[in-house]
Amino acid sequence: MTAPLLSAQGLCKRFGAIAACRDVSFELNEGEALTIVGESGSGKTTLLNLIGGALAADAGEVVYRLRDGTARALSSLTEAERRALMRTDWGFVHQDAARGLRMGVSAGGNIGERLMALGDRHYGRIRENALEWLARVEIAATRVDDPPTTYSGGMRQRLQIARNLVTRPRLVFMDEPTGGLDVSVQARLLDLMRGLIADMGLAVVLVTHDLAVARLLSHRMLVMKGGEVVESGLTDRVLDDPQAPYTQLLVSSVLAA
Amino acid sequence: MTARPYNFAYLDEQTKRMIRRAILKAIAIPGYQVPFASREMPMPYGWGTGGVQLTASIIGPDDVLKVIDQGADDTTNAVSIRAFFAKTADVATTTDTTQATLIQTRHRVPETPLTADQILVYQVPIPEPLRFLEPRETETRTMHALAEYGVMHVKLYEDIARHGHIATTYAYPARVADRYIMDPSPIPKFDNPKLDDCPALQLFGAGREQRIYAIPPHTRVVSLDFEDHPFERTKFDAACEFCGAADSFLDEVVIDDKGGRMFVCSDTDYCQKRQEAQKKDAAE
Repeated sequence: MTAPLLSAQGLCKRFGAIAACRDVSFELNEGEALTIVGESGSGKTTLLNLIGGALAADAGEVVYRLRDGTARALSSLTEAERRALMRTDWGFVHQDAARGLRMGVSAGGNIGERLMALGDRHYGRIRENALEWLARVEIAATRVDDPPTTYSGGMRQRLQIARNLVTRPRLVFMDEPTGGLDVSVQARLLDLMRGLIADMGLAVVLVTHDLAVARLLSHRMLVMKGGEVVESGLTDRVLDDPQAPYTQLLVSSVLAA
Repeated sequence: MTARPYNFAYLDEQTKRMIRRAILKAIAIPGYQVPFASREMPMPYGWGTGGVQLTASIIGPDDVLKVIDQGADDTTNAVSIRAFFAKTADVATTTDTTQATLIQTRHRVPETPLTADQILVYQVPIPEPLRFLEPRETETRTMHALAEYGVMHVKLYEDIARHGHIATTYAYPARVADRYIMDPSPIPKFDNPKLDDCPALQLFGAGREQRIYAIPPHTRVVSLDFEDHPFERTKFDAACEFCGAADSFLDEVVIDDKGGRMFVCSDTDYCQKRQEAQKKDAAE
């Protein structure tokens, strides 16, 4: 068994009197999708920010196995290393596409940005890559020169995914990627994400409050309440046989269509 | 003897020393934007307050000053800045590029090649080349520090995607000494090759944005481009109607209300010298 891709040990974060994250530990293997569920204010996003290095933890550490095989604590990376990691080996899909995209730049430019940041200086090759990725996320090639402001919500999310995956990252963080989309668009997006995750062997950390999304995309899940992990396990097990009282409440709260 | 109403060259000595320190730092780190405490000048922002402060800090009584605005010596901005220093520093002024020891410019580099004993001072409106893609100053500073310049090419990519070629014709970004990317102020990209390996010291001052940066003499300056869309200097189909120059940057001038137009040199000194030489040749 190889070492985990990412492991978190005893993560704690307080905002004044509020403990947003209390002693959270977990491991994530390569190609594995982990969902963090919980109600609003349960510390999901704080945990995601701690793992992604956007916030510094009060206690505990996150260890990530780099492409060269060495395991490094994120807090020990230099700013340059951390930023390089974020735009090559990691991806971030935000709920609000405007945070993850350059809204004033064409779709092709959005997809090409990471390639150019890595030093690609051949316009033809960058454009070819952009077109290939647009096709993979099912956006018509004719829209390559349009800015995301002219795109629908679902298309923006798909463009965000393409922009992140173009450097073939190993780990993608998603914060409510289907939030605010209507159900048919959601279904299409989920279908696409599931295909890409399987094809590319991506590891995913997904934050959502939608249990259906968790069921469809992830292998394992953590259930959070009040900054603590109240239950963790295989997604199907947690959803079909919830043990913690809070998880039972969560599962029974979902309306069946 | 009556006391001068102002200190020599308007600025007080402490301010000049502060600006000179910023200049020295800028020269030590080519292309790096050095913050400085820009002063109020007796002219509005956008009229060259950055350039004027640089000039005031380095001008001496023996200097010969030339000021150009869009290549011309006789436009409002050029005339008033020249008059400003003639009055406050009592220095000799000229319109002849070869006679000048200090040249303050807005939007052009003179056509006549500069020499090692000259200093060129640029007026800069927006010193940050990354501003187009990144509005946060904290972020652009980090990007410069880590030499994260990928986004600069996003701008050029957008040009090609929209226009089929790199359509940026002025303020064309360039890399200085293989490190910092800088905005060469709104000079036409026609002038970009003149920055490279220039024997004269080049100083850039942005008054409102409070930044000074520099290209020391004989520094490598490379304009950004793509492998399959290399940097190209602007070419003109016409020659100057006054002097016939085919190698200078031309202004298009509308001459009537029937669509008539002519092309003339933007560098008035260069054009006049060529015309005088031609008259002399004709007389002989």
